[in-house]
Amino acid sequence: MSRFTSASHAPDAGGAQDRALRLHEESARNPGMALSADVIPLIRVNRSAVERRAATIPTRRTVKKAHQAAWLLRAITCLDLTTLSGDDTPGTVERLCAKARRPLRDDLVEALGVRALDIKVGAVCVYHTFVPTAVRALEGSSIPVAAVSAGFPAGLSPLAQRLDEIRASVEAGAREIDIVITRAHVLLGRWDALYDEVRAFREACGDAHMKAILATGELATLSNVARASRVAMMAGADFIKTSTGKESANATLPVGLVMARMIRAYEAETGYAVGLKPAGGIRSAKSALEWLIMIKEELGDRWLSPSRFRFGASGLLTDIERQLEHHVTGRYSAANRHPMV
Amino acid sequence: MSVATIAELFTSGSLEFGPAPESDAPARAWLAKHEGVFDHYIGGRFVEPSSGERFESVDPSTGASLGRVAQGNAADIDAAVRAAREVYPAWAALTPHARARHLYALARTVQKHSRFLAVLETLDNGKTIRETRDIDVPLVARHFYHHAGWAQLRDAEFPGYTPVGVVGQIIPWNFPLLMMAWKIAPALAAGNTVVLKPAELTSLTALAFAELAHQAGLPAGVLNIVTGDGSTGKALVEHPGVDKIAFTGSTEVGREIRRSTAGSGKKLSLELGGKSPFIVFDDADLDSVVEGVVDAIWFNQGQVCCAGSRLLVHEGIAADLTARLRARMEKLRAGSPLDKSMDIGAIVAPQQLERIQRLVRQGVDDGAEMWQPSWACPTDGYFYPPTLFTGVSPSATIAQVEIFGPVLVSMTFRTPSEAVALANNTPYGLAASVWTENINLALDIAPRIKAGVVWVNSSNLFDASVGFGGYRESGFGREGGREGMYEYLHGPAIPRVESHGTRAGASGGELPVIDRTPKLFIGGKQVRPDAGGSRRIESPSGALLGEVAEGNRKDIRNAVEAAHAASGWPRTSGHARAQVLYYIAENLGARAGELAARIASMTGEDGAREVEASLSRLFTYAAWADKFDGAVHDPSIRGVALAMHEPMGVIGIAAPNDSPLLGFVSLVAPAIAMGNTVVAIPSERAALAATDLYSVLETSDVPAGVVNIVTGPKDVLAMVLAEHDDVSAVWYHGAAETCAAIERASASNMKRTFVESAPLDWFHPRAEGPLFLREATQVKNIWIPYGE
Repeated sequence: MSRFTSASHAPDAGGAQDRALRLHEESARNPGMALSADVIPLIRVNRSAVERRAATIPTRRTVKKAHQAAWLLRAITCLDLTTLSGDDTPGTVERLCAKARRPLRDDLVEALGVRALDIKVGAVCVYHTFVPTAVRALEGSSIPVAAVSAGFPAGLSPLAQRLDEIRASVEAGAREIDIVITRAHVLLGRWDALYDEVRAFREACGDAHMKAILATGELATLSNVARASRVAMMAGADFIKTSTGKESANATLPVGLVMARMIRAYEAETGYAVGLKPAGGIRSAKSALEWLIMIKEELGDRWLSPSRFRFGASGLLTDIERQLEHHVTGRYSAANRHPMV
Repeated sequence: MSVATIAELFTSGSLEFGPAPESDAPARAWLAKHEGVFDHYIGGRFVEPSSGERFESVDPSTGASLGRVAQGNAADIDAAVRAAREVYPAWAALTPHARARHLYALARTVQKHSRFLAVLETLDNGKTIRETRDIDVPLVARHFYHHAGWAQLRDAEFPGYTPVGVVGQIIPWNFPLLMMAWKIAPALAAGNTVVLKPAELTSLTALAFAELAHQAGLPAGVLNIVTGDGSTGKALVEHPGVDKIAFTGSTEVGREIRRSTAGSGKKLSLELGGKSPFIVFDDADLDSVVEGVVDAIWFNQGQVCCAGSRLLVHEGIAADLTARLRARMEKLRAGSPLDKSMDIGAIVAPQQLERIQRLVRQGVDDGAEMWQPSWACPTDGYFYPPTLFTGVSPSATIAQVEIFGPVLVSMTFRTPSEAVALANNTPYGLAASVWTENINLALDIAPRIKAGVVWVNSSNLFDASVGFGGYRESGFGREGGREGMYEYLHGPAIPRVESHGTRAGASGGELPVIDRTPKLFIGGKQVRPDAGGSRRIESPSGALLGEVAEGNRKDIRNAVEAAHAASGWPRTSGHARAQVLYYIAENLGARAGELAARIASMTGEDGAREVEASLSRLFTYAAWADKFDGAVHDPSIRGVALAMHEPMGVIGIAAPNDSPLLGFVSLVAPAIAMGNTVVAIPSERAALAATDLYSVLETSDVPAGVVNIVTGPKDVLAMVLAEHDDVSAVWYHGAAETCAAIERASASNMKRTFVESAPLDWFHPRAEGPLFLREATQVKNIWIPYGE
């Protein structure tokens, strides 16, 4: 990315000392920082070069056999098992939560020898309306409930209502809030407006962790993705997230690569490690592995954990289960052999 | 693997990639089928080496032998050349469509056996399976497909052109299959037959390909493979039955080939070494730059002639970029090249590994800061880690010589002009990368870099539709695209004539002698010759017509400097150059009668006819000046490649003795029309035809130094030009021995030569046009990926 986000442009020596201290607090939340709106437009991303790199990430690395099984289990733990349909009911949400508690068929857990790992998904992600249902259904599991609040998916309802929705979701027991940004702020270069909006969301979240959905499919360019990522992190996002799943273009590796690089630069500058959540369109175990490989290569192993990386998906889990069964039996599995999400 | 391992792998500090070996079974089966013993492929059959000698081919990642390959000698080469010659008439007589079918079949064959070829290439060369599978072999197939197209279109797109004949091709070990495809696809598409010698370290895939091509129905003798070492290559180069040599390899060997083919009439294309700059401006996308560097210098272990091996980075961002590069280098993986998760495979051979080690030691000794990642390379097999030198001065050995390994040297610049100066501060000129988000800057810099390929915000992109090849000591000729096809075709011949030299007596003798002695014309001024001498110009009957200055090597030196000083000319628009050429014609026309008489007096020929033809020729090149367009290629990326016709630079021209005005104009006009500046030596015995041009040039708005004229002993002066390392090309018309001597001497800086010993009919319409314009230009391909 641009030089303006680089480590070498960190403020001063004292800042460097603070940074070193903060790096030791692995779980420290990103407090954000003051916006320097004038440098945001200077962030430039070369799309063709990013696409070339993204295209070779799955061809330069692969994982096989037991390693693949371990990686797929890790993918499950990084999964925000999600239902965000207009026809959701308490019944479908409860079914989802039951799957979240037992993401793998018991015989597979046994055969893989991973009982002790207590594999669970990272979170269950629902609309605000279903937060109480999900909280009840997940009681005692330690699986957090994430709510898409703040006028999901377009984010165009009045700001006060969006803030109220966030507070209501937190009140109802959501420990994670996925907010959406106003795309117009990015498209029109209103960086201070974007910053103020995300900052307000963050305050409304309180102790709940905030994932900022950038809706990258509607941001037009990778440079805009990078700029929006930067501003969201400066405004205190705990995670930056690609998509609502409702845009015509979902999470793609080039977009994820740009966001990961912005996260890396932000950590180099501030010492705070922001998480990444690709969402939408990730349906196969193979593509999940490609994302994990990208994260390992660009951000390192520290990000291969639910505290820093999440997939927003639902059908993905079934395909991971099928692959794990193949690992156990050597036969290709069928979706109907695995309890549905 | 036990299932318990999964839990351990899951809980360990980092998720490891684990081994991911590609099966080598198909390649091993092929080696076993041949019982590890390999022959030449000559005349459609595998034949034993006549010497009975063979040498080992080794897997450089393990040091294990893969088999024994035939050592070719002169007798084997002779058999192969005879086989190629025998089938040549039939192959050349095929319809373009029939040859296209054969090339199409080769492309399909490569695709059908792609994994086998990729694995065999990895075993033999040590490069990673990722590269052979995803880059080398797909590019090979693409090259044959693209050239199946040229085969089909040959007669339509190259009317009047004919194949060269039997072509000898010598390829290096760094891209064995790909270089083979780059050589044989255009050769066969144009209608030539081929004798190819693979590198002795990597012969196997060429033999496997020959087998597959045979099965695909390629007629016997069209493609012949003779394996062996340098002596085998030498025998091929020296074989009198070979009409063209195409070589890819070191500049050192390229020089030897240039010298040994001098005077033989063999057509030559050379793709040689490089020390290519990778220029990073301060507005570049630095994370993408890092990946560009990975593609530039850690592709194929850096054993790439066009590797971006000199990192030139804006001083303000150098520390930042260095930090990012080091972090990225930690993430690179080196190891078994058959492992699908490796970035870096084995160095091809122990000699090459030792060379890299030696140069790196020298870099450290010279005081540069060397950095390598913390991880270690495998110790069995020949591996070398990615290496970054910072604080390198341009005078350091590692900044100058081609290391041909995974070693990057980094230097800083302050301004765009300094970046260009550093980039061009090398004898080579193969490729360059320019990184900036500013298109104005990118397209300002790209034309200023002396290189045949410039990648904007990218590196090591290749495509069959885009010509590849060098400037300067990186060689000449292009591979790929329309420009590459010309290397395997002869243009329509210009008719030869009897020399007029001995023709006696004529009307001109009746004219009164004009008693004056023209000086030399250098830097736009008439200057006295260094030695202060003169030579007689006589009529055919021996009457003194006048005297001209006797130039010497110092005059040539001064003229070359004046030609370089006219640095604005190449940047003058085609329209403006056309205006100057028209103006020359206008002023020449005003003196037509006087010049016609002078020519007649010196040659006994029809002077008026020659002046008229010269005026027409000037109009021809004035017309061409703004019309010899480059091309926009359509490579397989979202982007374009601009094939620009750039002037060669300073061209030394020795004009023919006959047709003293028309011959002179026919060579100087295309050269300056294309933006070159010239040092011209006129007809020795009729030099007054050229010296009369001084005042024409002075009154025609020709900028000082664009045309410099040195009269005197033509062959002696031509040799000074041929030996001058700051001259880009020499055109010579005269004695066969001098033609050969010029070609030999040109090897010192690999200047391009365009020589002809037969007197040509300069009045013929074919004695003008693109044939000359192509000699006056070199193609630079600028790759511009785009998309926001």
